[in-house]
Amino acid sequence: MTELLAPFQQAAQGYATQWLGPEWGPQAYTAGRALVMIVMVLVPVLLTVLYYQLVERWVIGWIQVRKGPNRVGWKGVLQPIADAIKLLMKEQMIPSGANKILFLLAPIISVAPALAAWAIVPFAPGWVIADVDAAILVMLAMTSMGIYGVIIAGWASNSKYAFIGAMRAAAQMVSYELAMGFALVGALMAGQSMRLSEIVARQDGNWGLFEWFWLPLFPLFVIHYIAGLAETNRHPFDVAEGESEIVAGFHVEYSGMMFAVFFLAEYANMILISVISSLVFMGGWLSPFNFAFLREAGAPLSWLAAPGIWWLLAKVAFLMFVFLWVRASFPRYRYDQIMRLGWKVFIPLTLIWIAVVGVMMMEPFASTYFSIWFGRHP
Amino acid sequence: MSRVGTVLSSLLLKELGKGLMLTGRFLFARKITVMYPEEKTPKSVRFRGLHALRRYPNGEERCIACKLCEAVCPALAITIESEERGDGTRRTTRYDIDLVKCIYCGFCEESCPVDSIVETDIHEFHFEARNETVYTKPMLLAIGDRYEAEIASARGEDASYR
Repeated sequence: MTELLAPFQQAAQGYATQWLGPEWGPQAYTAGRALVMIVMVLVPVLLTVLYYQLVERWVIGWIQVRKGPNRVGWKGVLQPIADAIKLLMKEQMIPSGANKILFLLAPIISVAPALAAWAIVPFAPGWVIADVDAAILVMLAMTSMGIYGVIIAGWASNSKYAFIGAMRAAAQMVSYELAMGFALVGALMAGQSMRLSEIVARQDGNWGLFEWFWLPLFPLFVIHYIAGLAETNRHPFDVAEGESEIVAGFHVEYSGMMFAVFFLAEYANMILISVISSLVFMGGWLSPFNFAFLREAGAPLSWLAAPGIWWLLAKVAFLMFVFLWVRASFPRYRYDQIMRLGWKVFIPLTLIWIAVVGVMMMEPFASTYFSIWFGRHP
Repeated sequence: MSRVGTVLSSLLLKELGKGLMLTGRFLFARKITVMYPEEKTPKSVRFRGLHALRRYPNGEERCIACKLCEAVCPALAITIESEERGDGTRRTTRYDIDLVKCIYCGFCEESCPVDSIVETDIHEFHFEARNETVYTKPMLLAIGDRYEAEIASARGEDASYR
């Protein structure tokens, strides 16, 4: 699909060299290309964040037998824009006891990694800003950085509730990051690579959705998703916000656009978790009907088997919906239960399953019983 | 066995799945939201809303300034002044209800011997300034004139239960 853009890229490179000379032209072209790609990724991401919030209110409303927001625009589709304008118009308040610099820095620290992590996400073959060969490491590093935003926000607010919320969030996010990291270790063992595009390529085969890693790595898939819920402080792990106990947790003192930035970071992280989950465990842009006989069946049926970004979008949309479904269904965990689940259930389970994956990949088994997933490996 | 079963079912998230299925069914259930103000829920004929002063069919105001409502009002929201009219009857010269003090208990309506002061089922009213909260006699009479048909039918429907 990238070959469609090739003539434009060549033309842009040509113009850049013509105007800026052979020394600066290619560099300016590289910088401009990166900027264009960033815009092409972040604008859809931010729009998705905006509308994810509306869809969240709809889904929760429907589950509670309500209609949800349906007043602003047709069926309420302009609601997020109204909300954004409201937040923009609101006063930015900085508590008098707050550490002003850190208070202003915290939302930026929390949103920057949430957006930066999108650089390594491939959306289709070749559709990636930076095809890093340690993409999973970059992703883990970036999502871990988000914790600093939360801790600094809670500390700089100089408020008890914000501080309690930040402490809870920090402990919870650090514990669940381990489980999430281990779940991804299993995935990179199975994928034999840390490059996301290669992990997806490894899930290609003749058996469609049964080739994907969710089947051999099922416990890791579930744990990755649940740890993702905890990592983004979503229900039922949202003790960091805990409306009934500590008002709004770490961002209780924030108002207006600074609050919106925290919101943005949280939702961008949720979408990122869904994307990573669907890339690593659900075959990314590969079609679930990617069966050999369908591919050879001729035009209308082989389209069904063809890979494409729409499959990735469908998988991500499904996982994002599950985020909302879970939020509308389950009550909040007690704090000690969260810690118990993270340390005593998820981490041992992932460690055991990593060993199981290792056994599955060992030679007599890999090419016999588990050849569908591990057989083609050199 | 039971222990193994518990562990297995908790590992497979059996109960969480059940919960998700339950909420998933409600996702497609018929929504019960009432789209106020386009749709409204039915109101009882005994609904106690905005006050009104009624008249007899011949146009004579019912109120005889007995001040029972003023006496019974637990919030002291009613203020009445009266004097003798030219034909020798006692009539109010002032009949004020402070709608911010009023608790809409309906005692004034209960106490009225001539069914003059009533509470209509109007609840969608508002004030934009503090001095607008006191409704005076002409205002209350005007409400009564305007909604006499509704007031009379509501009283008629409820009459056999009183």
